[in-house]
Amino acid sequence: MRSGVTIFPGSNCDRDIIVALKNITGKTPIKMWHKDTEFPNLDLIVIPGGFSFGDYLRCGALAARSPVIKNIKNHISRGGAVLGICNGFQILIEAGILPGSLIRNKKLLFTCRDTMLEIQDTIISPFLSGLKKEHHLNIPVAHNEGNFFASETLLNELKNDGRIAFRYIKEVNNDTDYNPNGSSNDIAGILSKNGRVLGMMPHPERAINNLHGGTDGLKFLTKSFEQIIG
Amino acid sequence: MKISNQTLYNINKNEYHAQQESTLKDAMEMGLTEDEFYLICNKIKKIPNKTELGIFSAMFSEHCSYKSSKKWLKTMPTKAKHVIQGPGENAGVIDIGDNLAAVFKIESHNHPSFIEPYQGAATGVGGILRDVFTMGARPIALLNALRFGSPSELLTKHHVSGVVKGIGGYGNCIGIPTVGGETNFDKSYNGNILVNAMAVGLANKNRIFYSAATGAGNPVIYVGAKTGRDGIHGATMASTEFTDNSSEKRPTVQVGDPFTGKLLLESCLELMSTDAVLSIQDMGAAGLTSSSVEMASKGSLGMYLNLDLVPIREDKMTSYEIMLSESQERMLMILKPGSEEKAKSIFDKWDLDFAVIGEVTKTGRLILDKDGFEACNIPINPLVEDAPEYDRPYEIIQNKNTIKINELNINYTVDKILAKIFENPNISSKRWIWEQYDSSVMGDTISSNGKSDASIVKIHGTENSKSLGKGIAMTTDCTPRYVKSDPINGGMQAVCEAARNIAASGAKPLAITNNLNFGNPEKKNIMGEIVGSIKGISKAASFLNTPIVSGNVSLYNETNGKEILPTPVIGMVGVIDEVENCLEMNAKEDNTLLVLGQSENFTEGWIGCSIYQEIENKIIDAAPPPVNLEKEKKIIDILLQLHTKNLLTAAHDISDGGLLTTICEMLFKNNLGLNLNLPKSLLKSDSKDPILHSWCFGEDQGRIIVATDKIDKVNLFLKDSNLDYFVLGKTNASNNLNLKDITTICISSSKNLFEKTLPLIMGKHK
Repeated sequence: MRSGVTIFPGSNCDRDIIVALKNITGKTPIKMWHKDTEFPNLDLIVIPGGFSFGDYLRCGALAARSPVIKNIKNHISRGGAVLGICNGFQILIEAGILPGSLIRNKKLLFTCRDTMLEIQDTIISPFLSGLKKEHHLNIPVAHNEGNFFASETLLNELKNDGRIAFRYIKEVNNDTDYNPNGSSNDIAGILSKNGRVLGMMPHPERAINNLHGGTDGLKFLTKSFEQIIG
Repeated sequence: MKISNQTLYNINKNEYHAQQESTLKDAMEMGLTEDEFYLICNKIKKIPNKTELGIFSAMFSEHCSYKSSKKWLKTMPTKAKHVIQGPGENAGVIDIGDNLAAVFKIESHNHPSFIEPYQGAATGVGGILRDVFTMGARPIALLNALRFGSPSELLTKHHVSGVVKGIGGYGNCIGIPTVGGETNFDKSYNGNILVNAMAVGLANKNRIFYSAATGAGNPVIYVGAKTGRDGIHGATMASTEFTDNSSEKRPTVQVGDPFTGKLLLESCLELMSTDAVLSIQDMGAAGLTSSSVEMASKGSLGMYLNLDLVPIREDKMTSYEIMLSESQERMLMILKPGSEEKAKSIFDKWDLDFAVIGEVTKTGRLILDKDGFEACNIPINPLVEDAPEYDRPYEIIQNKNTIKINELNINYTVDKILAKIFENPNISSKRWIWEQYDSSVMGDTISSNGKSDASIVKIHGTENSKSLGKGIAMTTDCTPRYVKSDPINGGMQAVCEAARNIAASGAKPLAITNNLNFGNPEKKNIMGEIVGSIKGISKAASFLNTPIVSGNVSLYNETNGKEILPTPVIGMVGVIDEVENCLEMNAKEDNTLLVLGQSENFTEGWIGCSIYQEIENKIIDAAPPPVNLEKEKKIIDILLQLHTKNLLTAAHDISDGGLLTTICEMLFKNNLGLNLNLPKSLLKSDSKDPILHSWCFGEDQGRIIVATDKIDKVNLFLKDSNLDYFVLGKTNASNNLNLKDITTICISSSKNLFEKTLPLIMGKHK
């Protein structure tokens, strides 16, 4: 699989996802510097987490105006797959590639912890079709602005179109704090209309070996990559 | 220096004043004493102008010169086979095998954090990270040691909230995981909070960068953020006591920009991977002054800087302001001649300022031009060598009072005391704090925030077919109430507890960075606390072969004459060869718990200075638990041997709150239960029996509880070891800790108390 990882000034999970991609696919992804515009054709582009441009103005707002975004849009129009993680999700929204907005966590605090994700019934998507719905994913989050917010109309549309990828769910019955950021409908990740762009707040690249506390991230990434190459 | 009419017109009014002769009054305003002023005039053979005096006052400040503590710091053990660089550089460096070096340091940002918690803490993190990557190391972990005032004070909540956000704000953004630390509350910190940040980095052992200037004629380069008026004279502020008007000093607090910090980190490491950098120094306390002076001084050379070339972000800054600004995210470098263009292209790529601002000279003088005039011309040597070193009078007060257990007035039953312990914010869970830190970025965090006694981060790239790789274990520790009662003993205890924590995580303790936080050293008893703890730390560090390789001293932590509890924080680093073998503190079901370092006949625990004593009797006027270094060393050795034989499943050091507290903490995660074995003589006690209480809650040192699923083999091994131990019982799924017929403690309810204390204190305070 040919993959690329975008790097903006302030990206800080680029190395982590590069390591994960390399371990899983055996190939080192290309680094896509935000100012560059010439890239080979790729199967997958990952927009990693971090604080692109220091999160100044709004998370992802400045990165969404970088030259590399044009390449990402072209890649999408060719049917290419894109995975935006955390800040990458914020950038996809700011670039108008995914709908809605990500506002500050309900408690107004940065939150870093494990979350349990439920896989939703979705349209066909390379990121989800390899996963069994009944298997929940334990993947950590670490963010300050992960509270997915949208109008009722949009929320219904996302739901009816099968574009909600993951929801935070309770691990145990009495857990009242299972949604780490207060996002609408417990949404943790959404898909584009064609199902080939996924934005998610949790960090799968931080759950790829047992010492991380689990390998659900590895499972998710491995299955996704299998589907992307088809 | 040629002065043309053109330049004469260009000098601004303020610069003209900065270049005028200073007076004794100016010196006193800058925190210098009369004697120091005359010493300066004498050494430089002229009356300094205001810029020159400002440079002297910064270099002579307690913060930069360590004038009160230097005499004693020199007595600390700093050498061992594995030490590559001890104190005196930006950070300490130790050899951890495989051509790798661990680079680490702890530093305080106490005074600024009290005045402006968010920015104070954020720049504390930024500053310590720069210290580490200046040495050529990529930072891999952050820790912190925090001390706040009484939880009932509104101001405390403001401090906790701001400091935690500030630490997270910087660390999360720059993308270095914050993996551990400690937080305590005590009313002595009401007027002076402590914010000590520690950073650990990794470097190739043969690619360490130092600060000594080399080669006259080589270019001096300024990189990073622009210089503004923030933080002017910050080092001087950090060297005085506070009064009620200290909030007026807010403008001297620096402002951090983690985004620029990230760019500076990446660009510097990128440049350092070439051969262009000859020496490098970050601009921390006293900014351009201390960086230029230290580089020149260490290389026994001089330096010429044209301050008109320094990138500034405010108009008409004077030489005085430029030299004393503590704007963050700046570096000073000396490059190999001819490599300027290559270097500049890297900084251009990262959109950072890059300017050649001067050159290394043979003069041995610091010469500065501004607006076409010579703003400063002083010899370098006196700035460093002649900085005063005081032998301040001291008195080490060691409390020798022991508490007679049978004379204690017992109010509570065992279960009630335990509940009070878990409701004590010094013991309770710090989840509210650490969930605000990104602890898993970089993908190498193995253990953080109390999963094991020390935090463990995997060393990137050391994995092979047999193992996931090597790891670095880290912890910060100090029990200030012990140090207050007996500085020597308290100093030893902090080192031993740190070493036990490293060992209990399965790693070998290697070296120390320390942060000595005290009140006003001009007071005899405070100086006694400083000297006493240095003696204690030195003794223990030398016995355990964990030398001190870096550190920081923060004095004058007083407000209106009231000092903080003496707080010599120990940051310790160790190595674990295979990270998959790290030990958690959480026990699993059907494991046997046993306490190492405590015999079956041991019944009377040490409650002097304990949390228990604070809860039951509100007295702290007693000697802290004694420290036996031989026992400490032995327990660490035995624990690591047991672990090497793969016999242990968990380990947890006994500290605050004693044995029973420690057992509960080990049972929390999996809601386990245990039928606790008691020494025979305690079997018939009731729940208010003072001896039983002392056994449950005494804070005797040199004890670690371990868990095993191979008790027979452990028994066999320990029988030959000549180390006392006592089997506590086997864990079960019952969620109940039973003390025979005396009492039953519900583990999940205790955990609930443990978890909810801090969120309740912080309440809606964000």
